[in-house]
Amino acid sequence: MVNDLMRAVMFLLALTMASPVLAEAEGDHGRNVFKKCKSCHQIGEGATDRVGPNLNGVVGRAAGAIEGFRYSKAMIAAAKDGLVWNSDTLDAYLTKPRDYMKGTRMSFSGLKDARDRSTVIAYLAEASTTAASNRDPDVAPEILTLEGDPDYGEYLSGECVTCHRSDGGDEGIPSITGWDNAAFVTALHAYKNKHRDHPVMQLATSRLNDEEIAGLAAFFAIQQQE
Amino acid sequence: MTKLDRRTFLAASAAGATALSAPMVMGAAHAKPRVVVVGGGAGGATAARYIAKDSKGAIDVTLIEPSRRYYTCFFSNLVIGDFVDFESTGHSYAALASEYGINVVHDMAIGVDRDAKSVTVASGMKFDYDRLILSPGIDFVSGSVNGWNLNDQDVMPHAYKGGTQAALLKAQIEAMPEGGTYVMVAPPNPYRCPPGPYERISMVAHKLKNENPTAKIIIADPKPKFSKMGLFTAGWEDHYAGMVEWLGPDFGGGNVTVDPGSMMVDIDGEEVKADVCNVIPAMKAGRIAEIAGVTNDKGWAPVNAADMSSKMDANIHVLGDSSQQGDMPKSGFSANSQAKVCAMAVRGALTGSKVFPAKFSNTCWSLIARDDGVKVGANYEATDEKIAKTDGFISQNGEDAATRKATYEESIGWYAGITSDMFG
Repeated sequence: MVNDLMRAVMFLLALTMASPVLAEAEGDHGRNVFKKCKSCHQIGEGATDRVGPNLNGVVGRAAGAIEGFRYSKAMIAAAKDGLVWNSDTLDAYLTKPRDYMKGTRMSFSGLKDARDRSTVIAYLAEASTTAASNRDPDVAPEILTLEGDPDYGEYLSGECVTCHRSDGGDEGIPSITGWDNAAFVTALHAYKNKHRDHPVMQLATSRLNDEEIAGLAAFFAIQQQE
Repeated sequence: MTKLDRRTFLAASAAGATALSAPMVMGAAHAKPRVVVVGGGAGGATAARYIAKDSKGAIDVTLIEPSRRYYTCFFSNLVIGDFVDFESTGHSYAALASEYGINVVHDMAIGVDRDAKSVTVASGMKFDYDRLILSPGIDFVSGSVNGWNLNDQDVMPHAYKGGTQAALLKAQIEAMPEGGTYVMVAPPNPYRCPPGPYERISMVAHKLKNENPTAKIIIADPKPKFSKMGLFTAGWEDHYAGMVEWLGPDFGGGNVTVDPGSMMVDIDGEEVKADVCNVIPAMKAGRIAEIAGVTNDKGWAPVNAADMSSKMDANIHVLGDSSQQGDMPKSGFSANSQAKVCAMAVRGALTGSKVFPAKFSNTCWSLIARDDGVKVGANYEATDEKIAKTDGFISQNGEDAATRKATYEESIGWYAGITSDMFG
């Protein structure tokens, strides 16, 4: 593990020494690539588990090691086999997650571009300690625990599934089926209060009230759960 | 209904039984309420699928669409620009028939008898309805471009209904001589897909830049401004400097005569020899809407915003491009959004299911060059008068490359999303 961390650090150092301009550009690139991960994963100060586990210290961490997180059977099996996340295994996993680990619950199609992968892994290695808090604002407990009506959610979901495929496909647009209730509610409120910056999602959530968000969360939570 | 499949048979026997037991109550001898949908695009296919799916068999749904394989008009520009494969824009109705039990009839609707509440198709069959949903897209206004009529579409294609016309236009562009001229005659408002002609120009320019970089593009436009104009003109300057010439009405863009025989285009007295001439005429509602008598003197079908019902016949709903509904652009996204509101209203009327307040939304993505996507979107609500815009956004000039690339990738995701929402 130490070796892997060292490798990531050395990699960054090497870049910095070789060309400060390039290093900065690569760092920016990694941070930009991480935007694709942000709808499900948090990293940095105060990061918590959401749809995906928090990624603090992930480079060098054993797979499936966050206590209390609901991993897929595939991830639990890989953890038993001793899988450790280092720059090589992360590179292989992120290329096409479902090919590397059949049955993973991470519904992400992958990063085809090698530079995207190497820079985002470098970002992961450093962001645990340096990233400013990027977690979504907490939602008031009474809103978070509001019991949603999945039937109402199903009606409202008509607007979502024009883009987010109801079969869970995620090419170009993330899948929203089978999400944890609290994660879903927190994410939608983050768009609604413009903490998250996607204009289509800001528009869609701008006219959803607390009950409607709860209904959608209830509906999507029971879709396609393994 | 020549085929008597198991569903039809069951429905028929149930109807017989009901008729025997209570002939006075059941005026018409049928068991289930019937919905006939004409047109299997973003409006019609979505409406048929949602009614069938959500009524769980309580409503008999027939979908009448001539094409066995439906090629979407949206993304046809990306076919022209070589970003997506032509075949990937084709879709089958198999799942709507097999998984949702929709009676899919591949025929052309040619008549609507509003008193008898029935639709006639070209083969002579009749389909009775309790509610009729018309979603026939657009037709062209004949005589709207001097010198051009529909028979000329094989020489000067419109390429504005997807399918073979888009493939033809692409082949013509590939056959252009070196340094040749592509002319587009742009349509007047209102028309299908407001950014469509200008995304097309972008895709043609992209293709020519690679294959025929000294070629020229001229747009003759009757409109002083167009959708996403600032984004497109800046994009053309960035990616295709010197290639695209846009002639608005101030420069005679609205005064055009074409001659398909000689390929000459007269723009305000100036003769241009075109190698490809893409004529996009003025548009009106698909013909069956006119035949049904639900269109106005402008050629569109006025509807009530709350349920997309025709202002001329409460048993007929009109969706998508054909409808005159207010503020929504004529787009596949809009038609899909309207279809879900309509499906809910029709189900409510026929089976008493709960009807929620109508909400509409639309987003239109356009591709300017590789990884340079832009979008415009809005929310809408139903008022007594029309579908009214409540809020919206548009991409900005000067956005970073990563944002533009993400916008393009998002449009690919949207295409997968909406086509699976339409066809199951």
